[in-house]
Amino acid sequence: MENTFDFKEIQGREERLAPGHRMCAGCGGTIAVRNVLKALHPGDKAVIGNATGCLEVSTFMYPYTAYVDSYIHNAFENAGATLSGVETAYRVLKAQGKIKDNYKFITFGGDGGTYDIGLQSLSGAMERGHDMVYVCYDNGAYMNTGTQRSSATPMFADTTTTPSGKQSNGKPQYRKDLAAILAAHNIPYVGQTTFIGNMKDLYVKSEKAIYTQGAAFLNVMAPCPRGWRYDTPEIMNICKLAVETCYWPLFEVIGGKWILNYEPKNKLPIEDFLKSQGRFKHLFKPGNEYLIEAFQKEVDRRWEELRIRCGK
Amino acid sequence: MGVKNRMSGNEAVAHAIRQINPDVMPAFPITPSTEIPQFVSNMIANGEVDTEFIPVESEHSAMSAAMGSEAAGARTITATSSCGLALMWEVLYVAASSRLPLTMTVVNRGLTGPLNINAEHSDSMGARDSGWLQIYAENNQEVYDNLLQAYRIAEHKDVLLPIMICQDGFITSHAVENIELEEDEPIKAFVGKYEPEHYLLKAGETMAMGPYATSPYCMEAKRAQAQAMMNAKKVILDVAEEYAAITGRKYGFFEEYRLKDAAFALVAIGSACGTIKDAVDDLRKHGVKAGLLKVRVFRPFPGEEMARALSHVKAVAIMDRCESYSCNGGPLGSELMAAMYRNKNKAEAINIVYGLSGRDITVNDVKDVFERLKTIAQEGVKDTQYTYLGLRE
Repeated sequence: MENTFDFKEIQGREERLAPGHRMCAGCGGTIAVRNVLKALHPGDKAVIGNATGCLEVSTFMYPYTAYVDSYIHNAFENAGATLSGVETAYRVLKAQGKIKDNYKFITFGGDGGTYDIGLQSLSGAMERGHDMVYVCYDNGAYMNTGTQRSSATPMFADTTTTPSGKQSNGKPQYRKDLAAILAAHNIPYVGQTTFIGNMKDLYVKSEKAIYTQGAAFLNVMAPCPRGWRYDTPEIMNICKLAVETCYWPLFEVIGGKWILNYEPKNKLPIEDFLKSQGRFKHLFKPGNEYLIEAFQKEVDRRWEELRIRCGK
Repeated sequence: MGVKNRMSGNEAVAHAIRQINPDVMPAFPITPSTEIPQFVSNMIANGEVDTEFIPVESEHSAMSAAMGSEAAGARTITATSSCGLALMWEVLYVAASSRLPLTMTVVNRGLTGPLNINAEHSDSMGARDSGWLQIYAENNQEVYDNLLQAYRIAEHKDVLLPIMICQDGFITSHAVENIELEEDEPIKAFVGKYEPEHYLLKAGETMAMGPYATSPYCMEAKRAQAQAMMNAKKVILDVAEEYAAITGRKYGFFEEYRLKDAAFALVAIGSACGTIKDAVDDLRKHGVKAGLLKVRVFRPFPGEEMARALSHVKAVAIMDRCESYSCNGGPLGSELMAAMYRNKNKAEAINIVYGLSGRDITVNDVKDVFERLKTIAQEGVKDTQYTYLGLRE
């Protein structure tokens, strides 16, 4: 598929997430949703699914919806299954001639609803090959309920269920590599991205995910200023540093082939990503250098593993 | 004109599904309902229905996909039993409050534990407050007839609620009995096409479903849902009347078996009613004025109507194939006694738990209960709140 990227044309497209919702200023989740939906071709219809979370409670508070398209929220852990039902109904009704329009199916879930409680429902929907896209906006914790750790939370992060303290260095475990798990489903498209520059990477991957026939998964790192505790305008710098330190690599898995989209010329040390975020503040106390070393070691190991997968 | 045949309850359900030809069926295997998705899968494989089967990875996903499918505008059905129904619990409420008229055939089986696969009503009884309509069957004929009426009730504009069509695990689902099946054409005409007013994929409009609602809105939504359940009473009777005109088989909220002049009555749900009818017939031969009230519709609960039907009875035993661990009896006992009290019914009433995990109930067991009722009618209730029948000492 040829992907063109005309920044002005794309940003000029109709907003499919209308303003007036209740998401926080600078919320990464909102940026993800707006930009993924910009990748829908003008004129194409869509049904948007949503797992319970910040996004749902802030964008569809009765009697107002922020969605221009049809939208369905069911519960926390079943966004994958719910949209698989919608997509099946579409195929049946289309075959019966009851529906004339062409629809695309996109569902959004946070990392809690995707990596953890919704993993089974997601896995089932992807394995069955429904023509849909599941977008995880990964902010690395249960932000809607007040920053509890998830399996997407990075190691050592200070969360409300893994607080740092005299006997604790924050979350004891490394984060789950969900994109790799989805790639192991052998679905046609898996992409991992975040907010970089003019959002081209996010746009291109969203368009591929939406317009690839079959099941597609997109993992979007979407910082949360409240949970990560950084100065809100810093979001684009934080995303850039996540990529430049190789903490959050940009890659795709298309038809089983792993593709590395970006390799930093000078890989930055992980401190550069960690230091602007309050959730990692305790790592910078004197005597805790070994924690940062451990974090770096894991980032390096995963980066090398990814490079090998991508044939580098 | 009906066609005589013989088949199991699950086969009867599958036959009804073929005639209804629903658009989508998400389902997950669980004993004893597993045969139903198997039969439907075979029909799909042989081109006998247009249904799309979604082989979901769990019952939670079955109900979630069913909710999505119905919301998208497709007539949807699923099937389950026991723990499968329990796994759906959360989504049952979402489907009902979203006012989605999907159908679920429930093959009643006990909930774990101990793990057991046999007939008991604890699965659907546990879901009695989830906002679903519930209709129960005594045998294969009734589960077939109930399923054919299901969409007409659920999809009615005054109702718009999901519906469970229940039958007893193995006793009904697997036992082969005689049945009268209807021809396809009159049934298709009776069931009609599904034409919802609003749905996600409707041309010319968009729809948002599943909102977050704050306190100023939620209570009204729940009251409106309760109204739909109240409205269902009339619709259930209207649909039954229309069905009777086609098939000759009449249904109401409950069946009164030799109840009109009965002095002693049992109230029960499901397959045990066949056994109770045999006992009633035997006792009548010996001059005992025994009768049965067989509950068909449990949600909406026809409490006032049942209390009225029992108003002349001296003593009644309310039979629950379900333990609710409330220390106050089973669900049917608790609800019916409350309804009798409100309607100033003067009958002495006891509540009996029986048949858990498929434990047999015999004609002699039932006769013993009627013997107790005779004593109670003279001496009043001296037992504890509720008792067990057929328990090994």
